Amino acid sequence: MRTVAIALTSTAVFFAAIVLVVVRSAGWPEVKQSFFNGAEFRSSFPGIASGFLTNVKLFCIAEVVILAFALLIAVLRSTPGPVFFPLRLLAILYADFFRGIPTILLIYILGFGVPGLQLSGVPTSEFFWGTVALVLVYSAYVSEVYRAGIESVHASQNAAARSLGLTHGQSLRYVVVPQAVRRVIPPLLNDFIGLQKDTALVALLGLVETFRQSQIDVAGDFNFTPYLATALMFLLITIPMTRFTDWLIARDRRRRQVGGVTA
Amino acid sequence: MTAALEIAGLRKSFGKLDVLRGIDLEVAEHEVVCLIGASGSGKSTLLRCINLLEPIDAGHVTVLGEEITARGVDVNRIRRRIGIVFQSFNLFPHMTVLRNVTLAPLKTLRLSRAEADEQATALLDRFGLAEKRDEYPDRLSGGQQQRVAIVRALAMEPALLLLDEVTSALDPELVAEVLDVIRELAAGGMTMVIATHEMGFARDVANRVCFLDAGQILEQGTPVEIFTAPREERTRQFLQRIVDAGRL
Repeated sequence: MRTVAIALTSTAVFFAAIVLVVVRSAGWPEVKQSFFNGAEFRSSFPGIASGFLTNVKLFCIAEVVILAFALLIAVLRSTPGPVFFPLRLLAILYADFFRGIPTILLIYILGFGVPGLQLSGVPTSEFFWGTVALVLVYSAYVSEVYRAGIESVHASQNAAARSLGLTHGQSLRYVVVPQAVRRVIPPLLNDFIGLQKDTALVALLGLVETFRQSQIDVAGDFNFTPYLATALMFLLITIPMTRFTDWLIARDRRRRQVGGVTA
Repeated sequence: MTAALEIAGLRKSFGKLDVLRGIDLEVAEHEVVCLIGASGSGKSTLLRCINLLEPIDAGHVTVLGEEITARGVDVNRIRRRIGIVFQSFNLFPHMTVLRNVTLAPLKTLRLSRAEADEQATALLDRFGLAEKRDEYPDRLSGGQQQRVAIVRALAMEPALLLLDEVTSALDPELVAEVLDVIRELAAGGMTMVIATHEMGFARDVANRVCFLDAGQILEQGTPVEIFTAPREERTRQFLQRIVDAGRL
């Protein structure tokens, strides 16, 4: 009880001090006018919120594709034997390349380059190419997460499955991957939080999502409050996700401690 | 009578370390052979080679007349006929006991779910595990886990069962329940090759005991011959150490 009181008091004093410093600064009236403008917030919010629906749609589609595609890459990378070396090589090159290239460049290259080829039947929408770019980059990251999970499943599990006559593929599918996926859910959600924020990069292609909408609003009224509204949208979705991830990690740790050495 | 298992000139090395240096062994159907020897003498590696979990460097392994180490043999088909139970159980922690037992029959023998469940339930019942059917492995004691692992191997109706120090990871009071299962299997005529440190058990259950030393079968014979009148000095030393440790 006493520790809670101390924590509350110290937090209140800390933040009050920061607020005081900011509010009493010489430039505060102007900053307040241009960043914390209530009227501006109310007028821009509906447009920014509906723009955010585009971001939500984008990362929902991207996450589903990434979950499947990244697993495929991770599985290819874990194929055994010399015959499958080309597949492993392909998976390694993929992960190296798309983790190494800045996301923003890939969005530009795909979003402006591919439609610029004017190939018939190839989509030209910014939404499509923005999603493709994010899927390519984040699949590389998530495939590494999956791979770490697959490698964390002890070799004796695979040995037990193979000793029963299951094939390599069956062992992966029924024994190794189900255990691996459970272990990597927290780091995987971490990557998805990054992805959700990076959807704002697609604005660079001209797609009117929440960030682009806020830029339009800012340019209209020379007031920066819409940026704040956009930041709020992202926080509304990423903070609960972060807390959820922390909760999963804590639960996982508790379980392993209960499970002891056999877990 | 065909031999259940014939091993000729089996060699296996890990890098520069020669683990098996020319093993010859024949096991008749319904015979129980115990492998004894110090840690590192090659018992486990031999079992893993018979199950093709380790590729061998030289020699031949023949099971029921078929050479399983020949080129182009489907290893998955071979492994279905050779069960192996490991020291550390290696149950699948994300599956219930029933699913652990039925996974391989369902996926490799293509049994229907009803058939596989029925067979697994009957086996679990036979070994006193019926009420553990829907539990997850980490809720079971070590002895129960190891019995489930044995049932899982039996569900494939193997022609040959390999047991790799199956009681070594168990608390002393849980060893008996697992050994009882193996005794029952021996009485039922199951062909088994058993790597073990339980000398008393080996003396009771084995038809033949092989003493492994530095990757070779140095001496083999009936339990009486090996345990009471070993010919080799190394065997005598090994058994003396066991006796001194109060384990025989």
